[in-house]
Amino acid sequence: MPSALINVPKKAKRGDVIEIKTLMSHIMETGYRHTASGDVVPRDIITSFTCRFNGIEVFRADLYPAIAANPFITFFATVTESGKFEFEWIGDKGFSETASASITVE
Amino acid sequence: MAVTRHQTRRDVVRGAVAVAAAALACPAPAQGTARIAVIGGGFGGAACARALRRLDAKLQVTLIEPNKTFTAGPFSNEVIAGLRELSVQQFSYDKVAADGITIVAQAASKVDAQARSITLADGTTLSYDRLVLAPGIDMHFGALPGYDEPAAEKMPHAWKAGEQTMLLRRQLEAMDDGGLVVIAVPAAPLRCPPAPYERASLIAHYLKANKPKSKILLLDAKDNYSQQKLFEKAWAELYPGMIERIALSQGGRVTSVDPATNEIVTDFGNYTAAVANVIPPQRAGRIAEIAGAADHTGWCPIDPVSFASKLVPNVHVIGDAAIAGGIPKSASAAAAQGRACAAAIVNALAGKAPETPRLDGACYNTVAPGYAFSLKGIYQPKEDQYAEAEVTTSPVDAPREIRQREADQAVEWFKTITGDAFG
Repeated sequence: MPSALINVPKKAKRGDVIEIKTLMSHIMETGYRHTASGDVVPRDIITSFTCRFNGIEVFRADLYPAIAANPFITFFATVTESGKFEFEWIGDKGFSETASASITVE
Repeated sequence: MAVTRHQTRRDVVRGAVAVAAAALACPAPAQGTARIAVIGGGFGGAACARALRRLDAKLQVTLIEPNKTFTAGPFSNEVIAGLRELSVQQFSYDKVAADGITIVAQAASKVDAQARSITLADGTTLSYDRLVLAPGIDMHFGALPGYDEPAAEKMPHAWKAGEQTMLLRRQLEAMDDGGLVVIAVPAAPLRCPPAPYERASLIAHYLKANKPKSKILLLDAKDNYSQQKLFEKAWAELYPGMIERIALSQGGRVTSVDPATNEIVTDFGNYTAAVANVIPPQRAGRIAEIAGAADHTGWCPIDPVSFASKLVPNVHVIGDAAIAGGIPKSASAAAAQGRACAAAIVNALAGKAPETPRLDGACYNTVAPGYAFSLKGIYQPKEDQYAEAEVTTSPVDAPREIRQREADQAVEWFKTITGDAFG
């Protein structure tokens, strides 16, 4: 099972508004829970999500402990040229994942 | 199998917003002459009507149910798999009528809770002192893009036993070997939470014997489900490689369907099914909404001790339609609620305080002939909502004799529950 799921249309017409869907498998441990013996379960969350198109940042989100496990982030973009979307998730404990998808604009 | 417990945080429904209605807005008539109407003749409604008459033979009890025969949901997955005929799922209301209950074989089209009156399909009206709503579920057509009533004729839900059950069975029988059977599973709450997985198991049993190259794909809007470890172990043992499941966090949530092409779309994929079993989101039976007893969630908030609606006076709601916290929407839970609600009504009519109910529910899952496991729970009100007081699930590691014994118990359980309601 891939840890990142991406849904970007393969093709679009110039100027179209497209929907981009992403899902990253992650526990999103809040840091506010305790074990049976009273120890704090350390925070382990994704802190940042970034989307770049042809190297330029087009979307960014900061994530916090209140966000549920396996963050599902979806947003819209207007496409004017063919290119590549790159996605990056960064988090606690050195978490870093990337994914990419290309789109052809006609 | 707590329906609410398995909701993800993003699904958690905002706190109770129900406005408490005055439960005793109308003066109660003298006990014994009270007229009680029950809408819905399923396990909950039939159990409630019969319990009312048993507790007080002077009560005038009317059961309003348009179907002449009742078709039971439990064991209907065996009908789909060709292991059982639909006729053994069907029961008449003759014995219920013999208890002195008036059966009105019509649909209720309107409820006026202020006037305490019900309008029937033929336009006649019926007055009551107390109304029990036991309408079960309706498919929430429109909640899943592409899925409406005509679509259900092509992509059956088979989530109400009857013609839909037979349609899915015929589609499986007509399918070529090597076909893909897709089962779309909605997020909670749904009727009979483990039933999609029992269904996948029994369809696999049919395919293994008849069309062994075929596969089953569960597209699931949930990450976890009731008795999951037991199902997964049974699948590995009985149907290796036949059943695949894509959970919510793997992109399994179905976002739309197309009955013209049998295509099922998730957030991250497209699947074309040879047979598509689309179980859509559900809500309380329509009459609950008409009566004003359903809230924005589509389900009915109740006082857990008396089953009194929190939205309309002199109305009680039982069974799948009610918001009953940790109690799964199941036949045995509905019957237990029906009996407890009857006791609460009889107490209220006598001016006595209701007793705190202690409900039990059992839920058997048959994954192959002679192979079953179960979840048995006891539920009690806790802070205005039902909570699990005690839950026992079959052991994950158990010899086949135990599974066989549970399969035999399941058959006995079905005889008991249908006998209590209709026998």
